[in-house]
Amino acid sequence: MNGVHDMGGMDGFGKVAPDPHEVSFHDEWQAHSFALNRIMGSAGEWNIDVGRYWIETLPPAVYLSSSYYKKWFLRLERLCLDRGLVSEAELASGHSSGPGRPLKRKPLSGPQAGVGLTRANHDQPPRAPAAFEVGQKVRARNIHPRSHTRLPRFARGHFGTIERIQGCHTFPDAMVGKGIEQGEWLYTVVFDGRELWGPDAEDGATVSIEAFEPYLEPA
Amino acid sequence: MSSNHDHDHGHNHDHEHGSELSEMQLRVRALETILTEKGYVDPAALDSIIETYETKVGPHIGAQVVARAWADSGFREALLADASKAIAQLGLQQKVGDHLVAVENTPTTHNMIVCTLCSCYPWDLLGLPPAWYKSAPYRARTVKEPRKVLADFGVTLPDETKVRVWDSTAETRFIVLPMRPAATEGWSEEKLAELVTRDSMIGTGLPKAANEVQA
Repeated sequence: MNGVHDMGGMDGFGKVAPDPHEVSFHDEWQAHSFALNRIMGSAGEWNIDVGRYWIETLPPAVYLSSSYYKKWFLRLERLCLDRGLVSEAELASGHSSGPGRPLKRKPLSGPQAGVGLTRANHDQPPRAPAAFEVGQKVRARNIHPRSHTRLPRFARGHFGTIERIQGCHTFPDAMVGKGIEQGEWLYTVVFDGRELWGPDAEDGATVSIEAFEPYLEPA
Repeated sequence: MSSNHDHDHGHNHDHEHGSELSEMQLRVRALETILTEKGYVDPAALDSIIETYETKVGPHIGAQVVARAWADSGFREALLADASKAIAQLGLQQKVGDHLVAVENTPTTHNMIVCTLCSCYPWDLLGLPPAWYKSAPYRARTVKEPRKVLADFGVTLPDETKVRVWDSTAETRFIVLPMRPAATEGWSEEKLAELVTRDSMIGTGLPKAANEVQA
């Protein structure tokens, strides 16, 4: 979807503001929002792509004005409602009105749950050989799907070069759009800054994206 | 904050804190209470996850990896070829996930990592991303004007250095292998790791100079 989350190349947000006194969580609720998302995200009821989509579909004004872990919370609340894990009445009362239903997987549990917690593997068996090879010129397709995609707007329609083949991974668009784990080849595609931004590019800059095969066409 | 956290969710929190609770505190607590009462969420797991990301996972892990790459050319090559595999063989206490990619700075190329679509970041090596990494200015500007973004960090690169930006649009995760600072020959890995800043592994900073670390 052409959402406000797709920020690459936008102007007007001001300077980047590094904070030398950065902390992981400014408030306890932020830490809890984070951990609740990790636990419920491990239950197999949705995957990382679906989780992202439910942040992207927040109303644009809410997206832009909410802190990071507030967005995570709003996503989790909406997903729990959508999947029937909680009800509006329960959220209003702050208590459960009945037992939970079986989850697809047992979520993270126990006092060691955080230890050794790593990201999931996203490999999928290839359905066909890779269509592109390293060094090949390609064009990012000019597509504007209404559902989830990981092809950023700034790259669409532009010409680039396959630099790496990163393996065959779960295709986010199919995961969200069709609910299926479809493997697609993933490439690092590098674009010249001038190709993306014309005369407004900085000298010598290049930008790469990680592009799934369906995002690309031969140049 | 997790160590003194009370698991008695939904009861007497107003009294515990003795102050008005924010809307977000109330909403997170309500959802957490419901999910816990339904048996979906184990409070012990919740605390363990928070504690892990507050105290165990952080840039010190990435710094160890960078220091090893500086000290051991065989490891450096393995890291650049397959970072997840190379790091797994180090036997670090905290494991790292798959699809990690290390990209090397050279005198002619400076790498920067961004996620324009959300906030993808190599958590396993660097911990949770800083607020600026997740902010709209960084996500919007880095792909278009990376040198101006570097200026916001007080970093100026030589004109002849080309900037390469990596947008983390899939499940690959990137870490920058910065250039080893001059005058550090013969340093131990432990001491080399002290030179490695978090920002130098994202590409918004450079490692410390040798004379910034105590002999």
